[in-house]
Amino acid sequence: MTIRINNNDVAPPDDARVSLLDLLREHLHLTGTKVGCNQGACGACTVLLDGDRVLSCLTLAVQADGHQVTTIEGLGSPEEPHPLQAAFIEHDGFQCGYCTPGQICAAVAMLREAASGMPSYVTVDLATEKTFLSLEEIRERMSGNLCRCGAHNGIVKAIQQVAKEQAA
Amino acid sequence: MIPFTYTRASSADEAASMAIRTGHKLLGGGTNLVDLMRKNVELPSCLVDVTALSDSIKETQEGGVMIGAAARNSAVAAHPLVRTRYPMLSRAILAGASAQIRNMATVAGNLMQRTRCIYFNDVAGSRCNKRSPGSGCDAVGGFNRYHAIIGAAPACIATHPSDMCVALAALDARIHVYNKNATRIIPIVDFHGFPADRPDLETVLEAGDVITSIEIPVSPFAARSAYRKVRDRASYAFALVSVAAGVTMRERTIDDIRVAFGGIAPKPWRAFRVEMALRGGPATQEAFDDAVEAELARAVPLAGNAFKIGLTKRTLSAVLTELTGDAR
Ligand SMILES: Cc1cc2nc3c(=O)[nH]c(=O)nc-3n(C[C@H](O)[C@H](O)[C@H](O)COP(=O)(O)OP(=O)(O)OC[C@H]3O[C@@H](n4cnc5c(N)ncnc54)[C@H](O)[C@@H]3O)c2cc1C
Ligand code: FES
Ligand code: FES
Repeated sequence: MTIRINNNDVAPPDDARVSLLDLLREHLHLTGTKVGCNQGACGACTVLLDGDRVLSCLTLAVQADGHQVTTIEGLGSPEEPHPLQAAFIEHDGFQCGYCTPGQICAAVAMLREAASGMPSYVTVDLATEKTFLSLEEIRERMSGNLCRCGAHNGIVKAIQQVAKEQAA
Repeated sequence: MIPFTYTRASSADEAASMAIRTGHKLLGGGTNLVDLMRKNVELPSCLVDVTALSDSIKETQEGGVMIGAAARNSAVAAHPLVRTRYPMLSRAILAGASAQIRNMATVAGNLMQRTRCIYFNDVAGSRCNKRSPGSGCDAVGGFNRYHAIIGAAPACIATHPSDMCVALAALDARIHVYNKNATRIIPIVDFHGFPADRPDLETVLEAGDVITSIEIPVSPFAARSAYRKVRDRASYAFALVSVAAGVTMRERTIDDIRVAFGGIAPKPWRAFRVEMALRGGPATQEAFDDAVEAELARAVPLAGNAFKIGLTKRTLSAVLTELTGDAR
């Protein structure tokens, strides 16, 4: 089997110890995905696995065998940025930019989750299928991505703008 | 990490026959196990991926819910049956970890996750009876803000870190376990143990056991239920104290009630004494306070966590006030 990464087939590593994060960065030189804590606590390594956001530091590359992985490199390019990439630039959703690839991958999946009716801890009525992405909702749903520079206000605004565009 | 091999099991039977072998460990999402392997707390020689076991979430004939062991935490929290009939379970799962981790984590892995005690996780620098029996415990005289106030032992004061399991304890969930052609059903309150003699043994599972599903019985009280978690930051942090509760009222009297606590004990803590004290009585502040005091009479607070007694009291009172609000 193979791991399909940004629409390229990649052979899983022979050594089961290799994390998906290390496969991406060290073997494939897809260095957009960042390593922060390497223990699940920061979200910098967030990628999409079959469209769902996951942490590549706690995923063994062999676990991704037979699945599709999308990294920040697969979302957009400087010429054709993903709407979230463009919105992050417009709203200053970063300072150093280290957390940004993880933030954007997480936000892409988060908007899809919300559109499908996924509730969050702060959703008042869990039975409701309609999610309104208030600032509080966005903050809670994005809490798995830390930003050491404190660019959160811009991040939340960028995401809310794209959410509004998608709803329109 | 030490070298290991990786294989996938396609059935519970296959998983059980591999799990019984020395050095073999089952792998769910890996969010706990891979982390512990990187820290050399766990040293398996072979990982058996069990995410291909059932992940279905279905209504049972009796009207409860059966959740496959490999169901992801996020799928359970989002499921309409869980959201409408067992809101405390949805809310508890959503209170845990982050969306990324909930997408990866399986319900079986959540049940089996190990403590977050910093001394347990520090192989090089700390003594820990749970990790290495008989070596001592650095938490008792150390930084124990996150440790247990009830049900612990001098040998180990670690807490069980799960949010989901607290709701499962209040809901009387039943854990279905497969081993060698036989399935047994373990009530959640008996699933996790007390550390008194063997802090290294956290659950009643034995070699070769594979969790296949979690069954949640019909629970009339669960429709009016809640989960509240108090932590050091608003999100993405483990509980200092958490409360899962469900209530049915008969006019102004508490007809039936279920309460469980998280963050204060070595296992998801079903608060039978709170329930006994409140069942059949009024839903008043005084009754709530007396009930917590009955439960925590046996508490053994430490230097860093004595605040949890008051916090448990206030959190339960807030949750029950909310749940019984319009009937008081
Ligand atoms: C940064 C961070 C923050 C977190 N915050 C929270 C939080 O706030 N609240 C909370 O509740 N949790 C929290 N968690 C923990 C998380 O919920 C658990 O790691 C997760 O539920 C484990 O599930 P898994 O499938 O990834 O298990 P794995 O890591 O794959 O496995 C865990 C254990 O389960 C065993 N196992 C797996 N499947 C089976 C089976 N079918 N039968 C028998 N044994 C099995 C494995 O052998 C292993 O021992 C956090 C984790 C991280 C990394
Ligand atoms: S590097 Fe993966 S969560 Fe921090
Ligand atoms: S922009 Fe620097 S960490 Fe977020």
